[in-house]
Amino acid sequence: MYNFEFSKPSTIADAVTALGQEEAQALGGGQTLLPTMKQRLAQMSTLVSLNGIAEMKGVCTNDAGEICIGGATTHATVAKETADSYPGLAGLASRIGDPAVRNRGTIGGSLANNDPSACYPAAALGSGATIVTNAREIAADEYFQGMFATALDDGEIITEVRFPVPEASNYQKFVQPASRFALVGVFVAKFADGVRVAVTGAGSDGVFRWTEAEEALSSDFSKGAVEGLSVPSQDMISDLHGSAEYRAHLVKVMTGRAVAAAS
Amino acid sequence: MTQVSMTVNGKAVSGDVEGRTLLSEFLREGQRLTGTHVGCDTSQCGACVVHVNGEAVKSCTALALDLDGAEVTTIEGMANADGSLSVIQQAFQDHHGLQCGFCTPGMVMSAAALLKDNPTPTEAEVRDYLEGNICRCTGYHNIVKAIMAASGQDVSQIAAE
Ligand SMILES: Cc1cc2nc3c(=O)[nH]c(=O)nc-3n(C[C@H](O)[C@H](O)[C@H](O)COP(=O)(O)OP(=O)(O)OC[C@H]3O[C@@H](n4cnc5c(N)ncnc54)[C@H](O)[C@@H]3O)c2cc1C
Ligand code: FES
Ligand code: FES
Repeated sequence: MYNFEFSKPSTIADAVTALGQEEAQALGGGQTLLPTMKQRLAQMSTLVSLNGIAEMKGVCTNDAGEICIGGATTHATVAKETADSYPGLAGLASRIGDPAVRNRGTIGGSLANNDPSACYPAAALGSGATIVTNAREIAADEYFQGMFATALDDGEIITEVRFPVPEASNYQKFVQPASRFALVGVFVAKFADGVRVAVTGAGSDGVFRWTEAEEALSSDFSKGAVEGLSVPSQDMISDLHGSAEYRAHLVKVMTGRAVAAAS
Repeated sequence: MTQVSMTVNGKAVSGDVEGRTLLSEFLREGQRLTGTHVGCDTSQCGACVVHVNGEAVKSCTALALDLDGAEVTTIEGMANADGSLSVIQQAFQDHHGLQCGFCTPGMVMSAAALLKDNPTPTEAEVRDYLEGNICRCTGYHNIVKAIMAASGQDVSQIAAE
């Protein structure tokens, strides 16, 4: 790994200033960035740790009833703190990677990275969450812009993520056992005004909403409602772990399972 | 170089490190605590697991400077005060929970973190918790058995001997 200056500010304002320097980059839990740096695929002059910023940690509920999660909150904390208030989200967080990864990795880091096989993008898009940064609020529908691409500008920090809480929800992950990421993951959320279905691991443009299933499930929230649908395979990822057709098939199967398990 | 200070196995330690110095390097090379093993150095294998402020963390995937002021426990801190093996370590010996022993420090640290939160886990919970700890030798059965035994449960019905 190339060397760098390390800085660990204690406020968002100081972090934004530090990230304004040339070739500065944010560090969340480091579970993606440190392995990338070891391969010399990332290089920076200053690494700005967000782990000392108390105002970016923790889970609470706001006046609108949304669950607000600080950008530097670990997966383990989300799993524990949302177990009662948003079980679909807690279930997703509790199955990311392994316990040691969950004790360091953060929601802000996961959403900033937007790995096409990561779990949190499915929860954020499936819930219609709001990504809050030091500069603005971004709706999940505008935030994800393709594989590893997001609406974030250089040096912009995810300070908080706000999740509206659905009536029922569930995440089904078909694990790719070597990486422990999702080969295909589907997040289903049933709100009073309709159902949202977000798919990760499958789309060659990263996380996406399966609108056909959303329409079918909004009028009939049952596993049977998606059984007659089919997912086109031409937009699916194809690699040694699974062909495009296999992934397209899994999207439907995982959606059905998520609907059946939603609570 | 910047100075970093931590409490390691109950003892205050400090040293000069670079920005890029990993916790695993600080422990192994700085503190000569070579019980923490580095198997993959890519966050996959769990041989390097230590406790940071009581939680299991892969020390190859954490920066020493980011953990300034932390309380760290390594495998060297697991034995009883009189030098005898802790309950978990003894169970690994009694139930043949290791062969070459390379993964064992990480296995013991993960097991200790699990039992702290969940004192009597089911076999499925043990296997699930060890998701990030890879063993090339044992096939896991006796590791799982050792951890179940360390939690005080009857292991006579568990798969392999
Ligand atoms: C063995 C293993 C298994 C894993 N399995 C899964 C899995 O099943 N599902 C899954 O979803 N993920 C998985 N991950 C990835 C894990 O969830 C990472 O924690 C996550 O992708 C990145 O979060 P981080 O906090 O570690 O970010 P870092 O690695 O620190 O940073 C990642 C990127 O985000 C930027 N960044 C960090 N925080 C912020 C912020 N608050 N605002 C703006 N930019 C920021 C960094 O500059 C960097 O570019 C796994 C990782 C490992 C090592
Ligand atoms: S050496 Fe750290 S996970 Fe393998
Ligand atoms: S005992 Fe050899 S790797 Fe586990």
